[in-house]
Amino acid sequence: MTPEPPMSQEPPMTPEPPVTVGSTATPLLEVDDLRTTFHTPRGAVRAVDGVSLRLSAGETIGVVGESGSGKSVLGRTIMGLISAGPATEVQGTVRIGGRDVHALAPGERRRLWGPEVAMVFQDPMTSLNPTKRIGTHLTETLRLHLGLRRGAAADRAIELLVQVGIPEPRRRVRQFPHELSGGMRQRVVIALALACSPKLLIADEPTTALDVTVQKQILDLLGTLAERLDMATILISHDLGVIAGRTDRVAVMYAGRIAETAATAAVFEHPLHPYTDALIGSIPRLSNEPHAELRVIDGNPPDMSAPPPGCRFAPRCVHAFERCREEAPPPHEPLAYDARHSVACHAPLLPAPNADSGNADSGNADSMNGGDD
Amino acid sequence: MTRKLLLRLGELVVVLALVSFGVFLLVALIPGDPAVAILGEGHPPEDYAALRAELGLDQPILNRYLDWLGGALTGDLGHSIVPPRSAVIDRVLAALPVSAELAILGLLLAMALAIPLAMWSAAREGGLVDRAIGASTFAVLSVPSFLSGLLLIMVLVNGLGWFPRGQWVRVSESITGNLHHALLPAVVIALSEAAVFTRILRSDLVVTLREDFVLAARARGMPRWRVLVGDALRPSSFSLLTLLGLSFGSLIGSTVIVETLFALPGMGSLVVNAANQGDFPMVQGATLLIAAAYVLVNIGIDLAYGFLDPRTRRVHA
Repeated sequence: MTPEPPMSQEPPMTPEPPVTVGSTATPLLEVDDLRTTFHTPRGAVRAVDGVSLRLSAGETIGVVGESGSGKSVLGRTIMGLISAGPATEVQGTVRIGGRDVHALAPGERRRLWGPEVAMVFQDPMTSLNPTKRIGTHLTETLRLHLGLRRGAAADRAIELLVQVGIPEPRRRVRQFPHELSGGMRQRVVIALALACSPKLLIADEPTTALDVTVQKQILDLLGTLAERLDMATILISHDLGVIAGRTDRVAVMYAGRIAETAATAAVFEHPLHPYTDALIGSIPRLSNEPHAELRVIDGNPPDMSAPPPGCRFAPRCVHAFERCREEAPPPHEPLAYDARHSVACHAPLLPAPNADSGNADSGNADSMNGGDD
Repeated sequence: MTRKLLLRLGELVVVLALVSFGVFLLVALIPGDPAVAILGEGHPPEDYAALRAELGLDQPILNRYLDWLGGALTGDLGHSIVPPRSAVIDRVLAALPVSAELAILGLLLAMALAIPLAMWSAAREGGLVDRAIGASTFAVLSVPSFLSGLLLIMVLVNGLGWFPRGQWVRVSESITGNLHHALLPAVVIALSEAAVFTRILRSDLVVTLREDFVLAARARGMPRWRVLVGDALRPSSFSLLTLLGLSFGSLIGSTVIVETLFALPGMGSLVVNAANQGDFPMVQGATLLIAAAYVLVNIGIDLAYGFLDPRTRRVHA
C-alpha cells in the first residue's frame, strides 16, 4: 500500500577494501567503512562512524560497548532496518552473501530478512505483538517467506518451538505473548528469528531484559542453535561477561567506532586498547574482596553530535597524550604478531608477560608505564 | 464471559434506575403547568384541577415516579399529553429505528473513511500526506453540520438531483428507497465523526508504529502495509472503539440538526418537539430509551475490548 521512500542513491563506492579484519574464508558478511548518521535538530549524530568487519559462515562475533556506543545502530544498519531516509544517512557498504544490502530496492531487501539475516531483539516483553497468538507470529513468517500452506506452517511452527526448548508447544501456539514468561517469550523470539533458517543472526542484547537465571539458558540456546544450524552470529551486548567464552571474536565498540577486535580469548588475555582494558577491569568478580570498590570508567561516552577530535576515548583515557587528542588513530591496525588482533590506538597496552586473564587490568596498566610513549 | 455479561447487565439496571429517576425529576421540576399547556389559558380553575388529577399530577412525586416506573417495566410509557395523545412507546419505537439507522450508517461511513486515512497518515508521519490529512480533518471539524448539510442538499439534491427530497421511506417499505434517503444525512453525520476518528486513530497508530513488535515484524520481512494492517491497527484501535461507543450514544438522541435538515422522523426531533410542547411523558419515555440504547451499546463495546486485546480477557487456565 505504501511504498517505502526511494532508496538511497548509494554512491557506488568502489571501496579500497580496508585491511580485512577476521578470518580469511569467503566472508558471509562484509561491512566496509559503514557510517550511519542521524540528522537531528541538534545536529548530525554519527551513531556509527566508520566500522568495517568481516564474518564468515558459522562464525560468531561479539560486539561490546557501553550504551550509546552505536552497537545497536550498527546491528540495525547491517540488517538494513535502518536505511537512508529523510533524516538518516548511510554511507559505506554492507554485503550479506555478496549482496549490497543498502543498494537493494526495499522490497528485495525485505526478502533478505528471514532467510538471510534475522534479528533477536532485546526485550521479549515488547517485541511480540500482544494481540497475536504465538503460532500466528510463526506461521505468518513461514508462509510469507517459504510459501508454506497453513497446515504445513502450523506443523513447522511446532517444530520450531520444540527446537528452542519450549514445552507443550501445541498449547503454546494457541497462547498470547502475555501468557508466557520472559524467558519463554525470548525463546519464541529466537524461534521466529530461526524460522527461515537465516545464515546470519543478529542478537541485540538478547538477555538484557531477562532474569539472570534465564540469561544463561538463552545464551546457551543461541550458542547451540548457531552451531547446529551453522549460522553466523553477531551477539551485541554491553556486558563483556555475556560474550566471554561464547563467541569466536570480539569487537569492542566505542563512540561509533571499533576500538579493538580480536579472538575472544586474546582480548581477555591481553587487551590492547585502554578502553577494553578498563571494560574488563570493570566486570565485578567473585574473587574481589568483599566491599572492594567496583572499578568504573570515569566520565561518560562522548556526545555523538559533537565527538571529540582525535581518539574518542582520549578524554577518559588514563594513558592519553597529546597526539591522542589531536589525531584519530587509524582503525584496524593489525598486530605484527597476530594478524587477527587489531586495535585503534596510538599507544596500545603491551601484553604483560605474566598477565593472567583474571585480574589483568592493574597488571597491564602498570606494565604500560602510564601515558608516556 | 457469562459472568462478565451478567455483571454488565446488572450495571445496566442501576444506570437505568438512576437515569429514569433523574429524568423524571427534571421534567417534573420544569416550570409551567402542564394542564395550562394542554388546555390553554382562560379556563375555569376546576378544569385545570380535573386535568391535573387525570394526569396524576396531584400525587406526590415519588408515587408518580413509581407508577411510571411500573408502567415502563411492562412496556407502557404513558401517553403523550399533546393531542392525539398517542402512546409514547409507539412514537418512540417508530423514531428509534430511524435514528439508529442514521447513527450506524454514519459511523460505518466514518470508519470506512477514517481507518484508511489514519493509516496512510500515520505511515507517513510528518510527511506531506500526513499534514494534508491533518489539515483537512481540522477543516471538516470547523464546518458545522448544518452548513455541510445545506451545501450537500443544495448540490446533490436540488442541483444534481441524485438524492430524493421529501418523505422518509421505512426499511419495511423499500430497502433501496430507505438507503437512498438515509445516505445523505448519514454522510453529513459521518463527515465530522470521520475527522475525529482519523485524528484519534492516527495518533494511536503513530505510537504503536514505534513499538518494538512493529520493528520486529518488519525485521521478519513483513511488507509495510501488512505490518500496518496486521500488526499495528488492532493494538491502536482502543481509543477509536471507545469513541465509537460514545458517538453512537450521542448520535441516537442528538442528531436534531441533521434530522431537521432532512425532515427525518428520528429521536432528536421527537424529543425536541416534545420538550417545546411541554409533553413530559414523551420526553421521559424517549430519554429512558435513549439511555438504555447508550448503555447497551457501551456494554457491547466493553465486550469488544476483549476481542481486540487478549490481555483483557479472562485467562482460561
